Amino acid sequence: MNSRIFHIASNTFREAVRDRVLYNLIAFAVLMSGAALLVGMISIQIERLVVINLGLTAISFFGVVIAILIGIGLVSKEIEKRTLYTMLSRPVRRWEFIAGKFLGLTGTLLVNTFFMAIGVVLALVYVSHHFQRGDGAVLVALYFIVLQFLIITALALLFSTFSSPLLSAIFAFALFIIGSFAEDLRGFAGMTHGIARWLATGAAYLVPNFSALNIIGQAAHGQGATPQLIAYNTAYALVYAIAVLSGAVLIFERRNLK
Amino acid sequence: MHVIEILGLEKTYSVGFWRKRPKRALHPLYLNVEEGQIFGFLGPNGAGKTTTLKMLMGLVFPTGGTARILGMELDDPRMKAQIGFLPEQPYFYDYLTARELLRYYGQLSGVDAKQVNRKVDAVLERVGLSDAADVQLRKFSKGMLQRAGIAQAILHDPRVVFLDEPMSGLDPMGRYEVRNLIEALKGEGKTVFFSTHILSDAEALCDQVAVLHLGELRGVAAVAELAARVHGKVEMVWQGASVPQGIQVLGAECHAAGDTMRAVLAEENQDLALETLRRERLRLISVTPVRMSLEEYFVANVGAAGFAADKQAANAPPRHRVTEKV
Repeated sequence: MNSRIFHIASNTFREAVRDRVLYNLIAFAVLMSGAALLVGMISIQIERLVVINLGLTAISFFGVVIAILIGIGLVSKEIEKRTLYTMLSRPVRRWEFIAGKFLGLTGTLLVNTFFMAIGVVLALVYVSHHFQRGDGAVLVALYFIVLQFLIITALALLFSTFSSPLLSAIFAFALFIIGSFAEDLRGFAGMTHGIARWLATGAAYLVPNFSALNIIGQAAHGQGATPQLIAYNTAYALVYAIAVLSGAVLIFERRNLK
Repeated sequence: MHVIEILGLEKTYSVGFWRKRPKRALHPLYLNVEEGQIFGFLGPNGAGKTTTLKMLMGLVFPTGGTARILGMELDDPRMKAQIGFLPEQPYFYDYLTARELLRYYGQLSGVDAKQVNRKVDAVLERVGLSDAADVQLRKFSKGMLQRAGIAQAILHDPRVVFLDEPMSGLDPMGRYEVRNLIEALKGEGKTVFFSTHILSDAEALCDQVAVLHLGELRGVAAVAELAARVHGKVEMVWQGASVPQGIQVLGAECHAAGDTMRAVLAEENQDLALETLRRERLRLISVTPVRMSLEEYFVANVGAAGFAADKQAANAPPRHRVTEKV
């Protein structure tokens, strides 16, 4: 890997690790997983269902929150605080800066997901007393959650290149929510006619399809994903993230820094 | 050799919400800087100094013209590896310590991994931050941040160093240390290009100065030439507390300084004044030609009104201005 990208990614990771807000969110996510154990005790024989549902949903939700909260400031904060001045006066190309920031935040999310996943696994082992065949589905669901993080991080970074942190957060959250209902949006597009159909179909395919990357419900019932679905979702997430990052680079390459 | 060649660099912004109108921040600028010089870029606030520096650093894109540093284009990474930049009122990653920051910047500048720690220690020692090397930057004072800024600008041993208001916010001791550092950089064969509105610093340090006002270059001069330029006046100093009538009638400007009197008068009246002092048996201490100071040159080229914003002149139609050698 380009060493400058690696150094920027490492510094981004270090910044996230030293951000106290991050630990609060992780702690809350772990608490949610623990709370799942208590909720599961309310009804007989659904502890496993509740632990997986609540635990993975907590990982997904808090991971998205972390991705957006940190991602929206990756570029805009550096412009505002002028830390970019001493960065870009060095032999660092603007696209390398974007790539390094993306990889740094993605790495942070991977590490966070790993630790939060340990919490869920421990809770699972506690309720099940042993690993089950359906636990593989939990791993696949976790992998798809990480793919979601790739997309939402890229989107937050894109907005950060041209918008204020508040607006970037609104756009990113809005796209996450809309994307979570992307399948419904496609269904709606199919029911319309004429220009509305074209517009609705365009919008449906333009928004990130987070619903396809959400198999938490299936994983809770021990149903995993086929290898074809795993390959398709991986390719989709990578292509989408790269396209969004390309947009971020295009915007940032032309931006005058105040 | 010209290490910095500015060839008609200009910048116009569009301001306004509905009806955009152009605001010219920098008129076409033509300027060359020789290697090994300390070059002062002077002007009041809003003159366009920082805009020029930001264009040279690739932070802002010019709307016209071009420039080369060390013979290379402004976006050439090979060029950027050989320059250092200290922005005005620098801000750094406050969660890092000074050592971490410099190591990070050293890595980005291509400093060899085996050398970077040694170079970081050396530059921290040089700017007087060795004791604070492992303190987070959020706990640094303004003066310490300025020193950290200078450290990151020179860490990778650049050939050309750009400093934007390097004395900003420093106490007298800090300014003295920065001055010494700039002179030391020149001694190492580096070229220093620094912008300032503090004329005394430029006068003390610079080989050449350029004066910018309202985005236009008003003149370029070697400081030594300025020092040699005389006003056609002389200053006489003699022992005593009074001004003889023979000197008063010459229209001299007189003032007491301790137990001496100083008088500034026209050079053609020098002999008459000397004769008066001899006749009055007053002890002459010195006769010195009065030279133009940088401040006087600055005021002459920028004017008293130059310190006030003139929006009308800033939006005037473009016109070429050849660099004047005064």
